[in-house]
Amino acid sequence: MADATTTEVKPAPPAIEKIKVKVDGREVEVPKLTPDWQGKLAPTTMLQACDIAKKDVPHYCYHPKLPVAGNCRMCLVEFGTPALGPDRKPVMNPDGTPKIAKSPRPAIGCATPISPGMEIYTSTPGVKQMREGVLESLLINHPLDCPICDQAGECKLQEYSVDYGQSASRFVEAKVHKPKAVDLGPRIMLDAERCILCTRCIRFTKDVAGDDALGIVNRGSYNTIATFPGLPFDNNYTLNTVDICPVGALTSKDFRFQMRVWFLKETKSVCTSCATGCNVLISSREEKIYRYTPRDNDAVNGPWMCDAGRLNYKWIQREDRLKDVLVGQASSLPVSKSGQAGSLPHYKSSWTAALSEIAEKLKQAPAGSVAIVVSACQTNEELWLISKLKAKLGAISDSVERTGDADKLLVSADKNPNTNGARLTGICFSEMGINLPKIADGIASGKIKSLIVFGEDVTKHGISAELLGKLDTLIVSDILPNATTAAAHYVLPGCAHAEKRGSFTNTKGRVQKFMQAVQPPGDARAEWDFLHDLVYNVTGKNGFLTIEGLFNEMAKDVPAFNGLTWASLSDTGVTVKI
Amino acid sequence: MSFSVPANLEAEIDELITHYPVKRSASLMLLHALQEHFGHISPEATQWVAKKLGLQPINVHELVTFYPMFRQSAPGKHQIKVCRTLSCALGGSHKLHEHFCTKLGLDPHAHGLQTTKDGKFSVEFVECLAGCGMAPVMMCNEDFFEGVSEKKADEILGGCK
Repeated sequence: MADATTTEVKPAPPAIEKIKVKVDGREVEVPKLTPDWQGKLAPTTMLQACDIAKKDVPHYCYHPKLPVAGNCRMCLVEFGTPALGPDRKPVMNPDGTPKIAKSPRPAIGCATPISPGMEIYTSTPGVKQMREGVLESLLINHPLDCPICDQAGECKLQEYSVDYGQSASRFVEAKVHKPKAVDLGPRIMLDAERCILCTRCIRFTKDVAGDDALGIVNRGSYNTIATFPGLPFDNNYTLNTVDICPVGALTSKDFRFQMRVWFLKETKSVCTSCATGCNVLISSREEKIYRYTPRDNDAVNGPWMCDAGRLNYKWIQREDRLKDVLVGQASSLPVSKSGQAGSLPHYKSSWTAALSEIAEKLKQAPAGSVAIVVSACQTNEELWLISKLKAKLGAISDSVERTGDADKLLVSADKNPNTNGARLTGICFSEMGINLPKIADGIASGKIKSLIVFGEDVTKHGISAELLGKLDTLIVSDILPNATTAAAHYVLPGCAHAEKRGSFTNTKGRVQKFMQAVQPPGDARAEWDFLHDLVYNVTGKNGFLTIEGLFNEMAKDVPAFNGLTWASLSDTGVTVKI
Repeated sequence: MSFSVPANLEAEIDELITHYPVKRSASLMLLHALQEHFGHISPEATQWVAKKLGLQPINVHELVTFYPMFRQSAPGKHQIKVCRTLSCALGGSHKLHEHFCTKLGLDPHAHGLQTTKDGKFSVEFVECLAGCGMAPVMMCNEDFFEGVSEKKADEILGGCK
């Protein structure tokens, strides 16, 4: 499975034979074989053929990236195949068309393979009646609690009820009651009464996440999704079951009762928790982020993402975010008696004043006296702008390595979202962090007088607060306060990825752009935006004021990105050679 | 509570597993064997079976909760099973069930297995015991009784020590 979702789309496989089928009277050509949930070729199903013919077939249990279960019966369609005479030759109608023998029974679209000349009927009165019947049966014991249900607004039961439902229930008997608000695991809550037992969650956790933790217990009307008593549903992919649950049975503890989904604005973005760069949608309302959900991209994450990445958004809205441009007293660095080195009294300044002061200082800095440490959490564009500064100043530069545990599915051991961007723009070498000791030595020996830091607390990476105290100029841009910002002469408040546009290059070399979901707090500004001003002030070269222009200029300059444009990245990115 | 399976039972179970091409297929037989020995399937027993067959506990738990014949808690010392399938139902099995319940202080209308407070008797309805010609029929533990009248029922209860 790991291969199926994370590897590149291979060069075009050998051509697959096409066969002709008719969907609701319209002839379409469909491939005989289609990749199944694991990416292996399997006979194309009626449901896939209907999809190609742009005919919607409602379904609950079918999911393109899960094994087919065929239990919800919602995708029942009628079909016929060319009739064969006793001589095994097709029987023809008087007008020369093949006679179709209509199947006396319907079949489920998700599990019935197509055959040449097949005719599929998705909108006959019979099919409509079957859908109504299936829906009515699914709703028999459903609590109909949409007003308090988190799924409302993105619920398949609601959607299909609009198409095939009845205005009132005919069921007069007592509904079966099942467990509610069941704590399945640390992040998942189950309402068994809303569940339609499609088993998507069971198949996902068993076959995709590889943690066979869920099952159906009891029988008949009392069927319930459950874990083994005492074994919580707790792997790093549990929240995907909330996404694929077609109803409101599985809800995220983090998101439940927080916001009605129809109020949310969805912004296409990329997860920054590791170098995989899973595509996400950021859901926000009134400048507040409510959730991340995975966004389909078969070249990166498929339809999934890990729980850790999904919940890693709260820091963006922390109260102690850096909101102001701060200038530290340029006089000698006071070292307080308590041993807390390098805290500098700061006063509020403005972007114009601070940037021009910084530019003056950098212009006067002799070659070799400036060092740059940039986080590989910065975007390609920002790293490239800094590389221009680096070239002009003859500076030594590096990034900081961040590693952690990897898994077989999506999580990368590299926790920097843009390691490859930092390498390709020349900010660091393939071995990240080897220049950091040199920078520390340079500061200690007095050779390096100015240090520019973007997005890292260098005191944790070998450049101690005492060393920072020796610098003439320490320019720091960050999002949250830390020991390095405390010691800085200039603090430039930056933006989280959700607050700006830009692009990252993931671990496999896929360049992916992301959009702005919310506004940054206070005076904080996107780094590429003020870097543009700074680079102009220092190098005298003008650039582009828009992210599109900036990206295109960078693509011309950086060999690996040659030929790319902001527009050509589209929503799912482009893979470059790394 | 520590759960351990005696060596001879485990040997029997190991032999059972060899009857099947896939280990998982032996699940039901293992559960039967354990219930026969322990009287019921405790969560520990479920976990033991799962481990034995290389499964996750939930896979076995699904079976235990699906089949009414598997008990998840200890039943009474004497288990009275009254047939309620058609012939016996016509032959008065509901009356017989009610008789047992009233006699033992249980609720004749409750669903499923009921056990007396002293843990001595359990009463439940079961499906066909294959004695349709002599309805109503019942079992007391492993003993089979045909044409059970109320008088005979009392004798059966009296015979339970």
